[in-house]
Amino acid sequence: MGRITLSNVTKSFGDVEVIPPLDLTIEDGEFAVFVGPSGCGKSTLLRLIAGLEDVSSGEIQIDGQDATDVPPAKRGLAMVFQSYALYPHMTVRKNIAFPLRMAKLDKAEQDRRVNQAAEVLNLTDYLERRPGQLSGGQRQRVAIGRAIVREPAAFLFDEPLSNLDAALRVGMRLEISELHKRLNTTMIYVTHDQVEAMTMADKIVVLRAGHIEQVGSPLELYRAPRNLFVAGFIGSPKMNLIDGPEAKKHDAHTIGIRPEHIAISAEKGDWSGVVGVSEHLGSDTFFHVHKTGLADTITVRADGEVSLRHGDKVYLSPRLDMIHRFGADGLRLS
Amino acid sequence: MARSVTSRRKSINTALAWGVGLIIFFPILWTILTSFKTEGDAIAYPPKFFFFDWTLENYAIVQERSNYMRYLWNSVIIAGGSTLLGVVIAVPAAWSMAFVPSKRTKDILMWMLSTKMLPAVGVLYPIYLMFIQLGLLDTRIGLVIVLMLINLPIIVWMLYTYFKEIPGEILEAARMDGATLKEEILYVLTPMAIPGIASTILLNIILAWNEAFWTLNLTAAKAGPLTAFIASYSSPEGLFYAKLSAASTMAIAPILILGWFSQKQLVRGLTFGAVK
Repeated sequence: MGRITLSNVTKSFGDVEVIPPLDLTIEDGEFAVFVGPSGCGKSTLLRLIAGLEDVSSGEIQIDGQDATDVPPAKRGLAMVFQSYALYPHMTVRKNIAFPLRMAKLDKAEQDRRVNQAAEVLNLTDYLERRPGQLSGGQRQRVAIGRAIVREPAAFLFDEPLSNLDAALRVGMRLEISELHKRLNTTMIYVTHDQVEAMTMADKIVVLRAGHIEQVGSPLELYRAPRNLFVAGFIGSPKMNLIDGPEAKKHDAHTIGIRPEHIAISAEKGDWSGVVGVSEHLGSDTFFHVHKTGLADTITVRADGEVSLRHGDKVYLSPRLDMIHRFGADGLRLS
Repeated sequence: MARSVTSRRKSINTALAWGVGLIIFFPILWTILTSFKTEGDAIAYPPKFFFFDWTLENYAIVQERSNYMRYLWNSVIIAGGSTLLGVVIAVPAAWSMAFVPSKRTKDILMWMLSTKMLPAVGVLYPIYLMFIQLGLLDTRIGLVIVLMLINLPIIVWMLYTYFKEIPGEILEAARMDGATLKEEILYVLTPMAIPGIASTILLNIILAWNEAFWTLNLTAAKAGPLTAFIASYSSPEGLFYAKLSAASTMAIAPILILGWFSQKQLVRGLTFGAVK
């Protein structure tokens, strides 16, 4: 069981308030992702839940029990750190067994659980090695192994993939998602990478300057961003935001349209512009269109086979049903 | 071509390094050579390098005249004792400064180091008087305490820089893994800090072994370590260069041997933190 509730939690370092009063509930078994730009307080929030930082005020409950003043060792949570934080002087086996040793489990049970975890994580051949002899991906798996053996109420991940190269990151992303499906344990995952957030989360918590901007499933956030910040943050490439007369036509202060919801054509369309840089990904091509009179750049996603060159005049047609409308206060208009 | 230039530069550097090394080592070499000469050869002009009558007579006389083993034992106790006591006090101090720093931690560290800039003779008088009052004059325990205090700033600094290199996340991981503070220190921190603690101990044994100001001023016959043993041969009454050299050689031999065997540790300890 791992239902985590934060009520009115705040955190200040000296005079600086990093987390203003905040309420959040993470349901048992949920995969929650905290996402936001660096310095938005997402790691601090995770550390508050872990107990590595004390809350300045408010209450943290784990499974209905007040855990606000419980030391990290007693909260029954496991954490995977960005730097992996393995014990360099211990073998992989001892690293994974460490939480069990601290829990005073007998040796046979320790071995059984370590072997089981090693098998799940493909580490069986590396159990007698030291962390220094492993690759980044293997180290990350050891860190995860150390977290799963103790069967915690919830897993906390602090940007666990940011030290890995791109290919490995995609692989580990899948492994963690699979692990979640199999264990069905609450996971809280911190990242600044919105792709990780979108692909892994049941629930995304978008944070900015300690404030929760929006909470919802990945598609809720994608389809109905509550404000301009979430609109710009979720989705890649970013949503095009247009102010001025074009927005007025839709009765809004600002309108947003995602690159995948604009059709590009060399002959006709609603807006016209000139092709700038194009990014070819093979399956897709992203065109950065200038001189539209709407915004500096309008980004458009087109099929990979569309061939337009730098300086070509093009026409753009947004899908009207996919236009997001925002008021002068930045909030979404229904 | 480029290669021959670099290899020539390399040999020049090597020659220079040897030159500097020899200049630094020369006084020690000269002392050792002189200890095997007769008193006459020791003051001969022009100086005799290797072609003299080699003799062990000085060592025999020194051994006869004074009890080398007693001085050696005093040195071992004073250097070892002050270092161990210092480490026991400095480990928790450095620990708290490295892992639970406050706003004043840097100031405290600087203040501690600043005490090393004070000329020792400035506090000789008060300490001497205190020693008389407390009955510590010419006792080993008195010297252990004084040398510990003298070297404590260095011990704290070395341990502090060493502990600073240990990533805090590893300690946090231990906390998350259910370790109590005691278990965290015992199973995670200490094993990771052992190389640092070892090189700190080595360096401070050497510093305490060679310390002459306090050992000479606060001891007489009973608690004198090897520094006092050497000093007892530098008499203005006659020319005893050869015997003085023999005494010096006997005094520095143990620490030279210790230094030789632990030089890797020492270099690591001294340059730690300089390069990531």
